[in-house]
Amino acid sequence: MRQQLEGSQAVARTVARCRPEVVCAYPISPQTHIVEGLSELVASGALTPCEFVNVESEFAAMSVAIGASAAGARAYTATASQGLLFMAEALWNASGLGLPITMTVANRAIGAPINIWNDHSDAMSLRDCGWIQLYARDNQEAADLHILGFRLAEQLSIPVMVCMDGFVLTHAFEEVDVAEQGLVDAYLPPFRPRQVLDPAAPVTIGAMVGPEAFTEVRYLAHENHLRALEAIPRLAEEFAAVFGRACAGLISPYRSADAELVVVALGSVLGTVAEVIDDLRDNGVRVGALGITTFRPFPAAAVRDALRDGQRVVALERAFSPGGGGIVTQDLRAALSDRDCPISTVVAGLGGRAVTRPSLRRMLVEATAGSLQPLAFLDLDRELLGRVSGGRVSGGAA
Amino acid sequence: MTAQRVKFYQTGSFAVGNRLLEPDQRSVQADAGRTDAITCGHRACQGCGEALGARYVLDAAMRVTGGNLVTVNATGCLEVFSTPYPESAWQVAWLHSLFGNAPAVAAGVAAALAVKGRTDVRVIGQAGDGGTVDIGFGCLSGLFERNDDVLFVCYDNQGYMNTGVQRSAATPPAARTTTTPVVDANPGNRFGQGKFAPFIAMAHEIPYVATATVADLRDLEAKVQRAMGLHGARYLHVLVPCPLGWGTAASQTIRIARLATESGLFPVFEAEHGRVTGVSPIRRQAPVEEYLRQQNRYRHLFDPVRRDDLIARIQARADRTIRRFGLIEKKEP
Repeated sequence: MRQQLEGSQAVARTVARCRPEVVCAYPISPQTHIVEGLSELVASGALTPCEFVNVESEFAAMSVAIGASAAGARAYTATASQGLLFMAEALWNASGLGLPITMTVANRAIGAPINIWNDHSDAMSLRDCGWIQLYARDNQEAADLHILGFRLAEQLSIPVMVCMDGFVLTHAFEEVDVAEQGLVDAYLPPFRPRQVLDPAAPVTIGAMVGPEAFTEVRYLAHENHLRALEAIPRLAEEFAAVFGRACAGLISPYRSADAELVVVALGSVLGTVAEVIDDLRDNGVRVGALGITTFRPFPAAAVRDALRDGQRVVALERAFSPGGGGIVTQDLRAALSDRDCPISTVVAGLGGRAVTRPSLRRMLVEATAGSLQPLAFLDLDRELLGRVSGGRVSGGAA
Repeated sequence: MTAQRVKFYQTGSFAVGNRLLEPDQRSVQADAGRTDAITCGHRACQGCGEALGARYVLDAAMRVTGGNLVTVNATGCLEVFSTPYPESAWQVAWLHSLFGNAPAVAAGVAAALAVKGRTDVRVIGQAGDGGTVDIGFGCLSGLFERNDDVLFVCYDNQGYMNTGVQRSAATPPAARTTTTPVVDANPGNRFGQGKFAPFIAMAHEIPYVATATVADLRDLEAKVQRAMGLHGARYLHVLVPCPLGWGTAASQTIRIARLATESGLFPVFEAEHGRVTGVSPIRRQAPVEEYLRQQNRYRHLFDPVRRDDLIARIQARADRTIRRFGLIEKKEP
């Protein structure tokens, strides 16, 4: 049923229909409304059977999920920002143990300076922890990716992060079709763990592995991620067949086939990007977009197939690596190493700064003219920089 | 039930009872049908108190639960010496996640069992003192305050022995570790620091808190049995001497543990809902010097110069603990 819902509530209700058996909750903005919604669904009996565990930290939240998953329960939690980093050690552990936990990340900046607003620094800093990372462009996709995420995680025994932009999506009211229970049940079978803590058939999980086998464990994890690249498009197709609407899989191209310039981006900014593209197209500028829905594993082949020689690429990034540059850019360069596609990085929307249509438009016009610097910061306030740095300002701006 | 105590005429000591008892009162370890939850062939050091303690704890718990047990282990000696891939010493469902999260992982297992209606399966979390009183303490407090249905066992060898004998918050004053070195007049670990986790567990008013040592293994088994008969968060703190870290002979583990209690430095007691309900009285009080002298980690108290000042401070600690728990029974007039 389509209804006007806050993004967090849409996710909470959708997650509930995925029948998680253990939900661990620790509050952190902008994720908190999700676990609040779930706590109410559990307390009211709408979600049953389910153990709702109020924990003392995000580290504990992920650890409770690890224990629950290893004991055979479908486990879910949600976090953001500092919380994601606080559970970093446990994230590596969950993926290393092959525990198919599904988690929402309401993307938020990392301090210092402390900032509760949206960017992708949190999830990007856990890029290599072995979790699948899916990025939602709107609240419908955020809700739907959870259903796909649970299925994907349990099919491959890999944990899945569903990333949705904090506040921009979590607190936005949009029309969302929360999937019906019968359809979710048809799509998502009960959790059958690959191995489980069972007194009747005791196993040792989490043994110490030395140099003689550690590389092989990591290699198998990589292979499993590559299997996810094959599984995700199939699961997205099946999703469309069951629910009667498309769900993004690996990538989502927008007017990119004949574009001279393609903006590559993740998350909610794709909506704004699409509007600017329509506007520029109306004015005869051939631009398009390529949304990356699955960031880990990185869909290099799909990206290659979606782009062609001669197309200029702008990686619009909501996080970056100080002293390095764009993070998604690195993956694009690797995927397009034998392609003639010049790539620029534009860092935008850090710490919740709005990525506006006029700014995007100005940047894209500059980019089509070939005058964009290799690494630029959208709307960099040079006057402010001058005040805080005593006039020492270098680097590009857009 | 409390442990049936058997007096051996040969030594005048309490020991693991067996043939002198009725079969149903004999120790779990005296039962040929015991589980051997942690079986032989693991790589613990000779004389390891932790390996012994874990064996008694888990086999007793397996007997009480009829084998319906899941264990969660923190990183540490117990985990490292028992699971060098592809080997495992565990004959019980066993999960190791991280150093600092064993209480939370155990809570997660308990939550999963609860949601699946498997109330017959019980959960034990276990860690060394580092994993319990230091890095795992936040998660442990969370487990306690939620009153999750887990027995958490701390095998306390008073330091980070797995990483090569560093100080933990359970390291006693004046003990030498590699991070509390004895240099010049520096006495080793400082006085006035450290924490006694059982008190903090009691402050959570959980159903059951107990201490034990590997010197009184019948008592340890009885406490596990008592703990597994209860639900909610329970805490068992077991003193397990470490020959490597304490600088003692492998053959002296039990004797050292007994001196720890008989000197009054380690109180053995039970508490329910935050109130002490029973103590193991000291039968023959030993001066702390007798305990300290046998351990290389305290050698600087006697050599090259005898440090009466430090020995007196340690004796004062023991006396205070004896008074606090009433460990010495007043003689009949």
